[in-house]
Amino acid sequence: MAGIGSACLFAGLLTAVYAAGASVYGARAGNGAFVISGRRAIYCLAALMLGATAVLQSAFLRSDFSYALVAEGSSTDTPTFYKVTAMWATQDGSLLLWALLLSLFSSAVLFLTRRSLRGIAPYATAVLAVVAGFFLLLMVGWENPFGTLANPPAEGSGLNPLLRHPAMMIHPPMLYTGYVGFSIPFAFAVGALITRNTGADWIRATRRFALVAWTFLGTGIMLGALWSYTELGWGGYWAWDPVENASLMPWLVGTAFLHSIMVQEKRGMLKIWNVCLIIATFVLALLGTFLVRSGILDSIHAFGASTIGVQFLVFIALVVIGSTVLVISRLPHLRSEARLDSLLSREAFFLLNNLVLVGLCLVVFWGTFFPLISEAVTGTEASVGPPWFNRLTTPLALVLVLLMAIGPVVSWRRMSPAGLVRAFKWPVLGALLTLLVALALTPAGERPLALLMACFAALVLVVVGQEFWRGASARRTISGDPWPRALSRLVARNRRRYGGYIAHAGIVVLFLGVAGSSAFLQQRDLRLSPGDTFSSGGYHITYEKATATLGEDRAGSGAPITFGAVLRARDENGKTFTLRPSRNFYPTQDASKGAIGRFFEGEATSEVDVRWGLRRDLWTAIRPDISALADPIREANAKFGNSSGDVQALVIAALAERYRRNPPPATFRAIVSPLVSWIWIGGGIVLLGALIAAWPSPEARLRRVRSLYSARLGRDLRAEPS
Amino acid sequence: MDPSRKRRLRLVVALGAALILAGALVYTSFSGSTEASTPSEVVASAEPGRSYELTGKVARQSVAREHDRLRFVIRDRDGTGSVPVSYEGVVPDPFREGREVIVSGEMKNGTFVAERDSLVTKCPSKFTKEQTASRGT
Repeated sequence: MAGIGSACLFAGLLTAVYAAGASVYGARAGNGAFVISGRRAIYCLAALMLGATAVLQSAFLRSDFSYALVAEGSSTDTPTFYKVTAMWATQDGSLLLWALLLSLFSSAVLFLTRRSLRGIAPYATAVLAVVAGFFLLLMVGWENPFGTLANPPAEGSGLNPLLRHPAMMIHPPMLYTGYVGFSIPFAFAVGALITRNTGADWIRATRRFALVAWTFLGTGIMLGALWSYTELGWGGYWAWDPVENASLMPWLVGTAFLHSIMVQEKRGMLKIWNVCLIIATFVLALLGTFLVRSGILDSIHAFGASTIGVQFLVFIALVVIGSTVLVISRLPHLRSEARLDSLLSREAFFLLNNLVLVGLCLVVFWGTFFPLISEAVTGTEASVGPPWFNRLTTPLALVLVLLMAIGPVVSWRRMSPAGLVRAFKWPVLGALLTLLVALALTPAGERPLALLMACFAALVLVVVGQEFWRGASARRTISGDPWPRALSRLVARNRRRYGGYIAHAGIVVLFLGVAGSSAFLQQRDLRLSPGDTFSSGGYHITYEKATATLGEDRAGSGAPITFGAVLRARDENGKTFTLRPSRNFYPTQDASKGAIGRFFEGEATSEVDVRWGLRRDLWTAIRPDISALADPIREANAKFGNSSGDVQALVIAALAERYRRNPPPATFRAIVSPLVSWIWIGGGIVLLGALIAAWPSPEARLRRVRSLYSARLGRDLRAEPS
Repeated sequence: MDPSRKRRLRLVVALGAALILAGALVYTSFSGSTEASTPSEVVASAEPGRSYELTGKVARQSVAREHDRLRFVIRDRDGTGSVPVSYEGVVPDPFREGREVIVSGEMKNGTFVAERDSLVTKCPSKFTKEQTASRGT
């Protein structure tokens, strides 16, 4: 079976090479048959990638350990959900996922544009085929996911326990969908440059893909943050870690791109800027994959040695050089069709928002690569920590929110200052009201930056509300519809605009959550024995008793042993509830730990317990001290090392019982973080807004049908003998 | 002002803003960064009051707990130099004797006094995706 998988990859590589060659030849020679053939080769590639994935997935489901990948990342006792998702926990598997997603996305976009963009599409096909070919080459040449073992082990090592979290399993495909999605507008931008068709056609054809990619990437980042918050056991959602930054950078530049293309569509300006942005987004997406995979920043976060770092670097360099040369050679075709009339215009604010977003990306880039930069400049490797990132990104984020408030109400071309004052009467009132309420009722006065963020957020929310109100009341005046109908019709008719406003509201809510939770977080680390009490952030918490269970992990991750605690918490109003943080212990395959000891000495993961709330979260984690069990474990290793599995299970149960009866003090971490839930809620609102904006509107469908019809008519007319 | 002069002025303002940002970036990062060093380097040449990022392996049989403080010894990767570390805060899940860790702090009287919560554990061996450099209780 593994042979079939490898064959699919090899055939895929040949198909990709053919697709690139046929498309370019067809376009240059004006031979439509080759263009069509090149496009169909991409469909064929998608089928081959589906086949390869199916082979690998079935190996995971059958626990066929003759596949190196399966032996490495799965085991018979791994729950089925994690068997299915273990494919992308490995390097080779995630390369296959990249190639699969890329071929599917490419097929979709080429199918949708098969009757339009006749000039650009063949070159875009070639670019997509080259990118897919690169990933296939990596797999065929260096990292074959279908590598087999001559002596398959009886049991696999299992998926890393830290990754056994639902969010973690959906997170990589989401991120990859985002990364891959941005290659579509990139390919069409390159096609537009090559054919000198630098109007807004390529943007209109691919902007929905860019939006979908942006949505997936953002959702992936959110899921990663949620995973960090609930699984990693340190209680934060963002640490400015290189891999986190790697996903944030293309998202920031992608956000800038989504905004600035509107200027090109409306006014024919910012053409150079737009192609540069999409090239940067794609390169950063490649860089993201590379950073996670290469271990180049390994002084700080090593992910194990990788064999494909150099290949990635060469490919990225080729993309950067090729794109730069292409853009420079096409500069005469990228002239603006209009000039900036006034700084008080929609396009000027789009430009400003772009500069801030790119500036943010630059900050993140500099900080992420600072170890390399400092080594190159001073000779010593040094790094910057989260405080540095926070200090530089906070002011930029504040400016961004302020721009988000002003931009939507400013009109295209130019606006009179009087008009601005009129548009801002209510928003400014809202912000002032927020300021007073926050100062009177909350401790926000102690943190001016958080307070400022709250006021700016109010500004944006009122602006968005005002836009909906104005649009809906105009619709009511014309049609006499009742409010709900007027609102839904308004959104349905202008999905992109109002979806965008909803996304703005969501981002602002998210920022509020970030501001509240980072400025007013209260964290305590304590060592407690059963019966001890402490208080934090308005809660009184008592460590009631220790727990020790076998095979009853709540998260369903397949951990055999779980030690934990029952915490009783009471809030200011006397309301009580129970929290059960625990810690899972996974056996190690290391024989030197002993037959019993290996169950206690392997990986362990925190299973935190969170009391979610709109006002604040109470987050708890425990680190039980099992050093008291060291002696009994050593004894048990000696006595029961050769006993049957049943006896050993009884011994482990007895050890667990011993811990439960007489627990030594355990280390706890309790965090009270205000408003943190609004981060997830805000993320959900952004997702909703993005979905509304990306959904095809009835008019667009109508337009498509019309253009299809006219294309057919045109063909029929041409076919008539003249 | 005529339009072309106005445009040039805007360009100058924009470039100025970009330069300020770049300057802030360079200045704050070089002045606020922590240097990466090995145990033998900090023992030999640590300046007092300067922050270092120490990388090495946790020595066998060296981990001891004193109330809320964790004490252990970090060895060079090749095992020649070593320095005692005093640490307070969360200990990541994969922290074990013999594993590679990174911790930030400064030297005080021959002991590396770590910043709170700065301990990061590198992934032991097998390849795992993202974020295995975890923090955690």
